[in-house]
Amino acid sequence: MSDVSGQVEGLAGEQYKYGFVTDVEQELAPRGLNEDIIRLISEKKGEPEWLLEWRLNAYRGWQGMEEPRHWPKLTFEKIEYQNLHYYAAPKQQAKPESLDEVDPELLRTYEKLGIPLQEQEWLAGVAVDAVFDSVSVATTFREQLEEQGIIFCSMSEAVQNHPDLVRRYLGSVVPKTDNFFAALNSAVFTDGSFVYIPPGVKCPMELSTYFRINASETGQFERTLIVADKGSYVSYLEGCTAPQRDENQLHAAVVELVALDDAEIKYSTVQNWYPGDAEGRGGIYNFVTKRGACRGKNSKISWTQVETGSAVTWKYPSCVLQGDNSVGEFYSVAITNNHQQADTGTKMIHIGRNTRSTIISKGISAGQSNQTYRGLVKVLPRGEGARNFTQCDSLLIGGRCGAHTVPYVESRNPDAQLEHEATTSKIDEDQLFYCRQRGIDPEEAVSLVVNGFCKDVLQKLPMEFAVEAQKLLGISLEGSVG
Amino acid sequence: MLKIHDLHVAVDGTEILNGIDLDLKAGEVHAIMGPNGSGKSTLANVLAGRDGYDVTGGGVTFKEHDLLGMAPEERAREGLFLAFQYPVEIPGVATTTFLKHAVNAVRRHRGEEEVDAMGFVKLAREKGRALGIDDAMLKRPVNAGFSGGEKKRLETLQMALLEPGLAILDETDSGLDIDALKTVADGVNALRTEDRAMLVITHYQRLLDYIVPDRVHVLAQGRIMRSGDKDLPAELERQGYADLVNPAA
Repeated sequence: MSDVSGQVEGLAGEQYKYGFVTDVEQELAPRGLNEDIIRLISEKKGEPEWLLEWRLNAYRGWQGMEEPRHWPKLTFEKIEYQNLHYYAAPKQQAKPESLDEVDPELLRTYEKLGIPLQEQEWLAGVAVDAVFDSVSVATTFREQLEEQGIIFCSMSEAVQNHPDLVRRYLGSVVPKTDNFFAALNSAVFTDGSFVYIPPGVKCPMELSTYFRINASETGQFERTLIVADKGSYVSYLEGCTAPQRDENQLHAAVVELVALDDAEIKYSTVQNWYPGDAEGRGGIYNFVTKRGACRGKNSKISWTQVETGSAVTWKYPSCVLQGDNSVGEFYSVAITNNHQQADTGTKMIHIGRNTRSTIISKGISAGQSNQTYRGLVKVLPRGEGARNFTQCDSLLIGGRCGAHTVPYVESRNPDAQLEHEATTSKIDEDQLFYCRQRGIDPEEAVSLVVNGFCKDVLQKLPMEFAVEAQKLLGISLEGSVG
Repeated sequence: MLKIHDLHVAVDGTEILNGIDLDLKAGEVHAIMGPNGSGKSTLANVLAGRDGYDVTGGGVTFKEHDLLGMAPEERAREGLFLAFQYPVEIPGVATTTFLKHAVNAVRRHRGEEEVDAMGFVKLAREKGRALGIDDAMLKRPVNAGFSGGEKKRLETLQMALLEPGLAILDETDSGLDIDALKTVADGVNALRTEDRAMLVITHYQRLLDYIVPDRVHVLAQGRIMRSGDKDLPAELERQGYADLVNPAA
């Protein structure tokens, strides 16, 4: 399903090419960020006054904030914020005529992921005619969702068509000046996804951008808001196992989830952005703020992530457990190879009574990469009966990479039960030899061992995603064994 | 099948094997016996291609190929199988999954069609039955939490599934009680065929009561000191290895 999401993004591009949307000629705001640029963005998107004010406030807050450059275990080049374009109309990219014109490296990866030829064409953005089938499929799904009152659209559409919902929930989980990158996003976000599940509705399918027909280029400052009303359920898939390249080096997305009484949100991510080359040149900087509020009683939010891409990853999907008996979960696999750096983890804030959280983090470092698990478990005074279980396992491949675990635990309630387990191990030569003695080649052997190591997390992913993610793990570690 | 010619092997500069000669033909079972530290496991590891051993002289051919020039996985696909003395645990990887990868790697190499998941489960079940390996055991992660007997039975199952031309059994009897030993030996005997050769490495005579060899070689101080037929182990059992290890005494 996830590789299909790529199809539709490619498909949206097709529409521009054929001029279904007429007002998208190349249009670029001047470089730099100031209030005029923000006014321009807001005006271009036809936004209401309150949203412009909200953006401006975020911007004013951002000006006094500092990049999180010191506390994470990351080093990255200076980001010239005044040298970026903050508004660009969707670009008409030159489309390759056939797969022969596509980067062979990319094709090799598609092949390893087992993506059928036709889908490869879509993913690579080859100009093909067959896309119309896909449009009708997507339309059918969309109608099915509408029948149940589910709103699933781009953030821009939501601002126009559902302003009350947006106004009520936007920034209610991640305040507009929560942190440097969230503030920047709040000031300049261009698009993203909006989901609303009405009370008592179980969303009948896994939502991904695949179904979001009007998905246009969401760019570097994506904004996603998912609201599950009382007693509802939704599973949302973000990302794509196919490698994603992007001209923009800096990505600073914000994702907010709200679960009301008895509601459940399952949010799964596979992130495979360009990690830079083997020498560490290039690659995406991924600074994301993801947070879910279990606002109602008995609500539940699960984050599952497989992070294999980006040169720098800074990401802590978190749960604020406000409702009594609410549940937060974080399941993560992060793989870093070559010169990649990841500082990732979660925060579980136990506010309500009898709240529970589970954290399972599997980090795999190869090459000369560095990886840090950073997690906070916090229990507030009212959080009686709070329970947390944390397990952090790190696997090292080769002798030049690093794995670090930085747990923060703060309990202000004597009744809370918090457990933390951590292990660090090296990939075992004996395991690899055992596999090879059975005829399995070394890379397949690494992939098997790593998949076994990550099994607890991978099995939390929706089925189709999990199968692709397994293959992806192997591909990400290519060349990591001599 | 396997020809070893004047093989010299060193580990960290210390010579462990100094001049091994062996000719093992299809259909034959040879046993290698010897005291601890005589180089038995080194021989098994060198033949399978484990890192950390320097071949300082001599050579090995396997089915007329230069064995020592091949990567471990190539040797395995060509039909060389090592039943490990200490089978390794692979947490999180279901035994069936692991076995399927192995079987398909070998099949691909032979130009045979790969088996699918369903077909494989059937095959593994069938071959596992004789060894007392049930579905529950096949679903567990590879060797994780297995008893000594279970590990050795699983090694035997792998041999049955991979159908090697040459099987090397490294101290397969270690850690087994008598019942487990019989089960494993029965499994191994069932795999004795005219076109398969076996090299059984052991410290004790016990295993050879059940897997009766055609030839027995005594390895000591990195050399084959004596060779004989199936009656040699009994003699050794009476006299011990002392005379061989230190003939002058």
